[in-house]
Amino acid sequence: MAALALMVAACGSSPAKSANTSPIKIGISLSLSGDRAADGKALQQGYQLWADHVNAQGGLLGRKVELDIVSDASSPSQVVTNYQKLISVDNCQLVFGPFSTALTKAASQVVARYGYAFVEGAGSGPSVFQQGLHNVFSVSLPAVNELQSFAKWIGSMPASSRPATAAYATEDDPFTAPQLDVARKILEADGVKTVYNKTYPIETADYGPIAAGIIGSHADIVLAGTTLIDISAFIQQFAQQNYNPRALIGSAGPDQGSQFIQAVGLNHTEGVMVPNSWYPGANFPGNKAMVAAFLKKYGGSAADISSDVPQGYSVGEVIKQAVDATHSVNNAKIIKYLHSVSLLQTVQGPVRFDSTGQNVAAEALIFQWQKGQLLPFKLDSSNHLVAVPPATSKIEYPKPNW
Amino acid sequence: MRAVIDGVLTGAVYALMGAGLTLVFGVMNIINIAQGILVVLAAYMTYVLNRYLHIDLFVGLVFTIPMMFLVGVAIERLFIRRLQSQGNRTGLSILVTYAVAIILEGLLTIVFSADYLHLHAWYVDRSIPILGFYLPYIYLMGFGLAVAMLAVLYVILYRTRLGMGIRASVQSRLGAELVGIDINRTSTLAFGIGTAVTAAGGMIFGATSVFNPNSGYDLISILLVIIVLGGLGSIGGALIAGVVMLVIEDVTAVLWSPIWSSTMFFAVLVVVLIAHPTGLFGKPEARAQ
Repeated sequence: MAALALMVAACGSSPAKSANTSPIKIGISLSLSGDRAADGKALQQGYQLWADHVNAQGGLLGRKVELDIVSDASSPSQVVTNYQKLISVDNCQLVFGPFSTALTKAASQVVARYGYAFVEGAGSGPSVFQQGLHNVFSVSLPAVNELQSFAKWIGSMPASSRPATAAYATEDDPFTAPQLDVARKILEADGVKTVYNKTYPIETADYGPIAAGIIGSHADIVLAGTTLIDISAFIQQFAQQNYNPRALIGSAGPDQGSQFIQAVGLNHTEGVMVPNSWYPGANFPGNKAMVAAFLKKYGGSAADISSDVPQGYSVGEVIKQAVDATHSVNNAKIIKYLHSVSLLQTVQGPVRFDSTGQNVAAEALIFQWQKGQLLPFKLDSSNHLVAVPPATSKIEYPKPNW
Repeated sequence: MRAVIDGVLTGAVYALMGAGLTLVFGVMNIINIAQGILVVLAAYMTYVLNRYLHIDLFVGLVFTIPMMFLVGVAIERLFIRRLQSQGNRTGLSILVTYAVAIILEGLLTIVFSADYLHLHAWYVDRSIPILGFYLPYIYLMGFGLAVAMLAVLYVILYRTRLGMGIRASVQSRLGAELVGIDINRTSTLAFGIGTAVTAAGGMIFGATSVFNPNSGYDLISILLVIIVLGGLGSIGGALIAGVVMLVIEDVTAVLWSPIWSSTMFFAVLVVVLIAHPTGLFGKPEARAQ
């Protein structure tokens, strides 16, 4: 009888729970080849820096994180296949976003199908958030807000110095095109006449005709929805043709640090502007440590750091805060938490998600290259661009001649 | 007018990049999909010479042309020669050269990473004012280089025994073998020469565009169209076709929209091929083999 009682007791009692110490696999599809390879590599650096940092601190929930990275060759169809594989074959517990709005949009649908949280930093175009998905969270500045500060600054100028005409040229891309649309509407409302407005295919190889069109319009200012390839082609053509707009801003490309300098030459960076929400000297929590870790791991200088790096790093930070808060890697709980949390902190600044998953706490800064440094400026209450403290530089307007 | 000038100058550069492709196809029935990455490889070679040895871009051709010749010889010996006995040689060449392109792209990525580069020199960003237009030095020099290189190629093909052998191989491989021409040696030299010419195209490409190991893909589709339009195996045809296509593309972009440039580009190709299936200057006997 006693033996029987012992047997029943043994069966009834729960076995001692062994702590799960296996690594947490995080699946990521990145553009390691193709048109977006340079950005994909920078985003990978950001993700890896975060993984190194969090593992040094014991990982997530005491478990090391392991990044399972596959290349999508900058292809929207391959990125879909990749996330299906990462989730259903590789059994990754979490996934991070790819590079670019186009790929994020394509991937988000398949990730939503599996009920995964899709935190991303490099897909902030509005089309990502118009799909009605509940699982997408962008830690970066929404794309449509990127050029608003610039447009408002131009509009705030007295009529005597305000540019009279503007030229717009953008890739047919869901990240760049919406930015220019918003900026153009603001500028047109302030009386800046549009004298050139063209959209060109992403696969364009010869930017000469587009540059020629901008030059021929004699626009006072140029707003370009670009990446590094096209903005550097435009700058080369503008310099060759002695065309000196009073202001030149590219949606992306001039934020690529040393790559931008290498592409256009240091003397052609002067005065070129780009919108962003991060810079190496920003006083956001953890930013200085991230910059130091980047320099230790990859070398170079702080100015070499692409803005894609903190985007990747911030994705990891948001996930960590969500995992810590929910004490799990359950994606449903993470999604619910991210929709309810009031504020998160990242190296890019504060993050708060609206109902569509866009970060409404990010501040749009305008950066300008001055003497080899990319300096941050922000709008004051009068819509003037002033240096972000502790810097005291003045915005260069008009842009110096090439 | 500006668009026409740009198209002429740019078209000549593309013709230079495509000259090797048309030569190789004309002689060997090989479609060299790796031509785009070979252009990029040449740009990287020029970059290394310029950055680390401070050799001017044009002076660097003294080194890059022979180096690219050797690259071409190596590719022909290692990969292309083995297709000789295969039935569907042309079709297989697409796969094999695509594999070569991927290998080269991978190697370049390992050595140089995916970071974008650009060749710099004092004349890259400067221009000369002529008749109200600013003509960039680099495009003028590139145009001159293209004409010079293509002229040299013409002399080789039409004024040397090697050239006679190459042209004989184009007309009839069997016939050329029967009269004692070493087809293997001819093919190797043709591939090497075709790749060597790419050195010049790569240098101009690197001076006019940012590039990274992935830049070859955008090039190859344009180059294939140019050589098909010009007539497979016709060097002069490649020049004419390059100029015509780029002028059409640029004028369309300026007068209409950049979105329609590619459409016009390919529409012209279709119209020409319907009227003249061998291209503008292609010879039917070259394809009779």
